[in-house]
Amino acid sequence: MAGNAGNITRIELPGAAVDVVRKGSGRKLFILHGGGGPVAAMPFADRLAESFEIIAPVHPGFAGSAIPESFDDLQDLVFLYLDLMDTLDLDDAIMMGFSFGGWTAAELAVISTARLSKLILVDPVGIKVGGREDRDIADVFATPPDELARLMWHDPANAPNPAHMTDAEQETVQSNRVALSLYTWQPYMHNPKLPGRLHRIDVPTLLIWGESDGLVTPDYGRAFCAMIPGARMAVIPEAGHAPQMEQPDAFVGHVMSFA
Amino acid sequence: MKAWFFTEDAYPQLPDQDSYRSIRVSLPNKHYDPETGADNYHQFIDMWLMAEDLGLEIMLNEHHQTATCVVPSVPIMAGILARESKTARILVLGNPLANLPRPTRTAEEMAMVDVISRGRLECGFVRGVPYESAPANVSPYRGTERMWEAHDLIIKSWTSHDGPFNFEGRWFHARQVNIWPRPYQQPHPPVWVTIGSASTAVPVAEHEYVGAVFLAGYPRIRPIFDGYRSGYLARHGKAAPIGRLAYAALVYVADSEVEAKSGGETLLWYMTSNKVPVEYSNPPGYHPPAVAAQIARGSIGGAGIPLQATLDDQMARGNMFCGTPDQVYEQIKAFYDYSGGFGHFLIMGQAGHLTFDQTRRSMTLFSREVYPRLKELTASYDADAMGQTRAALPDKEAADLGAFGVEFAR
Repeated sequence: MAGNAGNITRIELPGAAVDVVRKGSGRKLFILHGGGGPVAAMPFADRLAESFEIIAPVHPGFAGSAIPESFDDLQDLVFLYLDLMDTLDLDDAIMMGFSFGGWTAAELAVISTARLSKLILVDPVGIKVGGREDRDIADVFATPPDELARLMWHDPANAPNPAHMTDAEQETVQSNRVALSLYTWQPYMHNPKLPGRLHRIDVPTLLIWGESDGLVTPDYGRAFCAMIPGARMAVIPEAGHAPQMEQPDAFVGHVMSFA
Repeated sequence: MKAWFFTEDAYPQLPDQDSYRSIRVSLPNKHYDPETGADNYHQFIDMWLMAEDLGLEIMLNEHHQTATCVVPSVPIMAGILARESKTARILVLGNPLANLPRPTRTAEEMAMVDVISRGRLECGFVRGVPYESAPANVSPYRGTERMWEAHDLIIKSWTSHDGPFNFEGRWFHARQVNIWPRPYQQPHPPVWVTIGSASTAVPVAEHEYVGAVFLAGYPRIRPIFDGYRSGYLARHGKAAPIGRLAYAALVYVADSEVEAKSGGETLLWYMTSNKVPVEYSNPPGYHPPAVAAQIARGSIGGAGIPLQATLDDQMARGNMFCGTPDQVYEQIKAFYDYSGGFGHFLIMGQAGHLTFDQTRRSMTLFSREVYPRLKELTASYDADAMGQTRAALPDKEAADLGAFGVEFAR
């Protein structure tokens, strides 16, 4: 599924450096990837790069980068990206976040939308909608691999297969898990305060959801959508937690018509 | 040499292993019968007291959500033994500090055990095993750093006697700390820490604590002990005393080799029962990514312990000492010489379905016929002479570690 890798630059920010992938030209599309790792080299991103300038940071700890010694949780990532957006002088950007990157995007947007024109959240986590004994978000750190594949993919055959990876790629998968756990461990994959802050989002917002997502279900998405003023949600059939990978055409179509 | 009798206090009355996915974390506790469990607890307490009567010291530990060890609170069992035993040292190995929320409570609990026992506590601190990340709901990432910060707070709690202090660390915060009781032993009980690599051994050596190694066997013991000794020498300018190193293995002694092997086979339950799937054995941040990747692709046992362990293999590795008293002594001495020596021998003397009587017979023979010779061995310990003995024994071929390197790479 590899497409054009784009240009990667390392940007030094107070407390941490961050690798930023850029490709394409047009309006700025600020992409925050999910727990699976960077997405800017995927075919869907190649398509979007025909219309947008993609600016996609690699969250520290992912894709072989180091977790900064001072980092403890998602708030560190959020404040790193506030600095990054200032340094890049982002203006009128569309921010698009996937899964826990969607959560990160929502946390950024509730702080300020001054640099944003629109917001796209793709199968985001970040809130809790059920009761204290409801497992709203599957426990990815304690679920058998085959069951996790069934939850996350419409067709589990689309799940990345370790048997087809090099040793180095498998190590990166494991490092990505460590970074994901750092950002999402407790409260697990959500911020109890976020629902009370989502009303602050005052830019047009689209949620995109894979209809078959079993990690966070479309019902969870509808609850999330209802908390953001004026937001709407598009559900993509025959796609799981990563609709941009399982249904790239439909995914790109939704982004283009919204953006 | 001090020898310590250890049982994990397992609950072995389980359904067929094929009927469940994991013995840890998720095995439904409907399989635990409280009446059987009560009998088990009393038998294990009797077993520790029997070991004391034989002149052995006592060792115990804790684990969580597992049938392999139904002591989820080692301070409780240590408290019982502090009262019930009379002379034995009581080694808690250990308190899983990285997974415990409040180090000051551990400081209080251990001080209380120390006082009740009139100063017989030896207090171990461990990071905790990977499977317990979920039961504790603690990310294992930076677990070693968490453990040492908790340790710092406990030591300060034990040794502060003039009123409260506050502690605001990276992971642990405490205010107005002023524990009652304070420890019986001054300035505090001896401290032990488990070690599984040269790098984890160094800070333990620098603190002059006892470094305890579990089942590293011939393939791994030298780098770990050498790491301790060199770390000790570098910090303290002298050779590490032999009493600063400990080795834990399975032991069964009998009058005949046949009977011994039968007992040894029964003890192997400790390894063969430990069925744990990858989602519990490989939590993010416990293992280095390269090891985690190996576990994920199944090239080494997810549980870290081979379910297919055989007696001969485990004896060859130095994880099991089994035979007649003469044979067991020779096996331990061979490992002792190869490792460069250790002053504490931690005996996994009971596991699984090994009965009280089988355990008693084995430990009786050990204490009467093996232990005295081990004491002579360490009484004549001389660091230089040991260095020469060791040097004459070439490194054993670093055989495939199997899964042991994973389980105990703490």
